[in-house]
Amino acid sequence: MATVASPSYRQRVSYHAGLLAGICCMVSMLLLIGNMESEEIISDHLEADKQFLLGQVLPAALYDNAPLREIEVLDNINGFTKPVEIAPATLAGQLSGVVLQSSVGGWGDNIQFIIAADKRGNITGVRVISHKETPGLADGIELDKSDWITRFNGHSLQSLTPSQWAVKKDGGEFDQFTGATITPRAMVNGVHRALEVMTEWQQQQLASQATQTGDKQLAQPSTPAAAIPAAEQPQQGVTP
Amino acid sequence: MSQSYRQIFGDGLWNNNVAMGQMLALCPLLAVTTTATNGLGMGLASMVVLLLTNVIISSLRGIITPQVRIPVLIVLIATVVTLVDMAINALLHPLYKVLGLFIALIVTNCAILGRAESFAAKNGVRLAAADALAMGLGFTWVLIVIGGIREILGSGTLFSHASLLLGDSFAWLEITVIPNYSGILLSVLPPGAFIALGLLIAFKRVVDRRLKSGGTQQLVVPTL
Repeated sequence: MATVASPSYRQRVSYHAGLLAGICCMVSMLLLIGNMESEEIISDHLEADKQFLLGQVLPAALYDNAPLREIEVLDNINGFTKPVEIAPATLAGQLSGVVLQSSVGGWGDNIQFIIAADKRGNITGVRVISHKETPGLADGIELDKSDWITRFNGHSLQSLTPSQWAVKKDGGEFDQFTGATITPRAMVNGVHRALEVMTEWQQQQLASQATQTGDKQLAQPSTPAAAIPAAEQPQQGVTP
Repeated sequence: MSQSYRQIFGDGLWNNNVAMGQMLALCPLLAVTTTATNGLGMGLASMVVLLLTNVIISSLRGIITPQVRIPVLIVLIATVVTLVDMAINALLHPLYKVLGLFIALIVTNCAILGRAESFAAKNGVRLAAADALAMGLGFTWVLIVIGGIREILGSGTLFSHASLLLGDSFAWLEITVIPNYSGILLSVLPPGAFIALGLLIAFKRVVDRRLKSGGTQQLVVPTL
């Protein structure tokens, strides 16, 4: 590594220190420039990825807001291995559905999934975002590998009884995979639990919306605001 | 210390191949080679990093002293990997979703530091670039072969999703070798990578022995 005619000053500690410092300064500048150039493009990509996933589970006709910007995180919900992220889908200010993202414990590791339902609690879509289940045996939960995940579509807490929310082996409605029962069982339980959480959360949202609207009307009973046309009134609670 | 280009490419592609001769970079090799396409992507990313680091380190070899060479090399390699990581994330996002984790792992890829230390720091820029290309190509073909073996045995296809990596014009690469094939699960799981690599190394040794059988028998020892 040392060149043949290595000057004596290169043997000093200060040269080594200066060299390291110089290199570090140089690379910091490079990294800074690289980050500035790529940061925006990368965050756009991530946003697009999330938007794509959302489009997979929630039909575009069902909402006109940006659910990804209204995410609420619920901690300590039974049945999930990660905090539950839940967001409202609204159409013209009215709650039209709920989106939920969380994970359940599968055979290999957590299975992260996203699910959406319309306001009547019917599932509009479920997708697995990431998982570490055995390839070839239990990866049928991916849409690329099998249409199994689409069989949740249209189901709700009303369409099936709690005992039907299970794999066929356990007396329920959903197929298991050959040689892999734990993964589908975890998914079915997760989806069922997600529906319960979403229904409860939706009721809370509607209730708080109703009280907000009610409060406003009570607070200013005689101002002109009370006289706005009935058609505009639902807007009040959502855009205070 | 100068070597001929012929010798450099011979070393990189076969004799002293990163994976089969030097036994380096096995962590990314075992992890990403579930399909030939993944192998190709990882190989190309490693080659780009290797080329950049070899050229940079070779051109700085006059001012880097032996006492501080390791920290300097590591800082330079980490920087190049981070920049490549950002560039792939920004420009080739679909590929990044497949390889993202492993690109960051190139930092710990001992093959890069190994080439920087043992070749680039002692040779001129042109030789160092040639060495990087040779080693990178050698690593890439081993990744593709192992990925191909595992993909054919595991899922009956070859180069699936190649158009994701190379663009739609390369869709013809995607071949279904065995239609309606349920696959040998073992081959896609991590043990499949060890078995495929082991077979490939055994194949190299047999060929080397055949080539030398006329002359002096020589034991092939992995050199670092």
